[in-house]
Amino acid sequence: MTGYIADVAALARKDLRLELRARDTLPAMLLFVLSTLVVFHFALPTGADEVAAQGLLWVALVFTALLGLARAWAPEREGGALEGLVLAPCDRSAIWLGKAAAVFLFLVAIEVVALPAFSLFFSPLDGSAVLGVLLANIGICTVGTLLAAMAAASRTRELILPLLFLPLAIPLVVGGVGASVSTEPVRYLTFLGLYDAVFAILCWASFEYVVAE
Amino acid sequence: MIRGRGVEKRYGRRRALRALDVELGRGGFLVVTGPNGSGKTTLLRLVAGLAAPSAGTLEVEADRAAVGYLGHEPLLYRDLTALENLDLYGRLYRVPERRERIGMLLERHGLWDVRRERVASYSRGMTQRLAICRALLHRPELLVLDEPFTALDAAGAELLDHELAESAGRATILLTTHDPARVERLATARLALA
Amino acid sequence: MPLIAAAAAGLVGLAIVFAFLVAPEDADQGISQRIFYFHVPIALTAYACFGWGAWKALRLLWTREERYDLESYVAVHQGTIFGALTLATGSIWAKASWGKWWVWDSNQLVLFLVLFLFYSAYFMLRFSIEEGPRRANASAVYALFGVALIPVSFFAIRLAEDFIHPTTFTRDGPQMTGTMFLAFCVSWLAMSVLAYALYRVELLGKRLDANLRELREALT
Repeated sequence: MTGYIADVAALARKDLRLELRARDTLPAMLLFVLSTLVVFHFALPTGADEVAAQGLLWVALVFTALLGLARAWAPEREGGALEGLVLAPCDRSAIWLGKAAAVFLFLVAIEVVALPAFSLFFSPLDGSAVLGVLLANIGICTVGTLLAAMAAASRTRELILPLLFLPLAIPLVVGGVGASVSTEPVRYLTFLGLYDAVFAILCWASFEYVVAE
Repeated sequence: MIRGRGVEKRYGRRRALRALDVELGRGGFLVVTGPNGSGKTTLLRLVAGLAAPSAGTLEVEADRAAVGYLGHEPLLYRDLTALENLDLYGRLYRVPERRERIGMLLERHGLWDVRRERVASYSRGMTQRLAICRALLHRPELLVLDEPFTALDAAGAELLDHELAESAGRATILLTTHDPARVERLATARLALA
Repeated sequence: MPLIAAAAAGLVGLAIVFAFLVAPEDADQGISQRIFYFHVPIALTAYACFGWGAWKALRLLWTREERYDLESYVAVHQGTIFGALTLATGSIWAKASWGKWWVWDSNQLVLFLVLFLFYSAYFMLRFSIEEGPRRANASAVYALFGVALIPVSFFAIRLAEDFIHPTTFTRDGPQMTGTMFLAFCVSWLAMSVLAYALYRVELLGKRLDANLRELREALT
């Protein structure tokens, strides 16, 4: 068990190190989310209510996440390192979990800037909204990382990832927006937790097959 | 150590490896030759465990921790240094005395001076040397090497010769090459694919 | 095989008869209610197809036997066809009942829209990967995700009602009397048998294709 966690940690550390060194994905995601928020300001007609603005936050987050996910497995592709990881004696699911954990941290890093920016541009976010974001992050990272690995096998890699991901992201958006605007955020937060649990287990069990031949 | 009967690999309609029987005892050294497209790489990938046969049976008496593989790609992270790459693999393979082992390998293969530089900055020959280090890092019982002499200069090739000679008795080796004469004296078995 | 096809054709015919002639007209909705006799069975059949496809997908991952890949794919294909029909019949129902070709109020319909998007992506995925174990595995895993998505989406859409649209009608279909229920069941059986027949036909066709190709290759 500790071996498994050590593997996941080593893999996640590797991704953090790679991003810190290359510094290409995070700044791009940051700029993208901020630009998107500004676009939304112009896209929202005056008098549009707060609920609409909250919804747009989620659009921004999902598409920013997609941007990051598209490049999630790029380092493994460049030198064929994914095969090296698959050959290693570690559990294949650790490969997925390490990567998902790193993507989660990247998303949080983005949100540390994006959420205050959103509060500044549109309307303040309360605790349940932030919690909703964190819970939805888990869902985005777990599912997105696996789908990105799947998309890597496809000819139309960059095109297919959003198509695969968006239908699965719809429940997350519902949960997140609900957590922000509803008078009963607990229901939505619970729902997000449920989504996370169900899909995390599914991803954990099936990643082995995604990288197998 | 390796026993295969009627091993076949198909990718949809494309047959990458036609039905093949292969056998290699522990400690053996099998040299596989054949023209491009004859399935050499596919066979090695099957033995290493990167793919499973579509038909036939293939038994390999070595688990993942005991297999060292060298393919056409170096299986390295271009943006990490040699040290970082080997450290990651060392952790995943639970190599005992990791740092010492890594240091020894890097030094032996002439990469000590560039150990802190990103693999992206290496020449093809240096990358290949590092890939060889990666394959040997965990003292595998079964070495599966796909055209390992590719891109190596004379010095690098000589180093590899030494490694092979050293490992030959201890480990089981399966390799493909376009230059079988080089490893002829070490080979205990030969397989020519059509 | 011909027996199944005949049974399918017969049952569909029977279902049409029942729906349009035998069952009493509902006072509230009139002719649009006839659509209901097809819309819901078609939807249920689509769910069944997706479930069947996911089962075959699980078998594929478990046993690594190639034939399950094709069976899973054909099941998902049928499910998507029936899903599209669900959307179409639902749209007709919406037009007849509320005058608009699309309403967000029907949870069933919204769910099918999400599923339709999902399974369309399934085909895009499948057609963009080379034939082989990678494609089979990716399709299988995605099919399993689809089946997990069905209940999760359903709950999501239910929850979304709070802030998307207030519900304007009861979730369940109209209350059913004896004959209506019979008509419904006949239709359900008809759709299921039809789906199964189409499944077998498509599977047979694809297998013949594959065998033909193999034969051709063996001869060259």
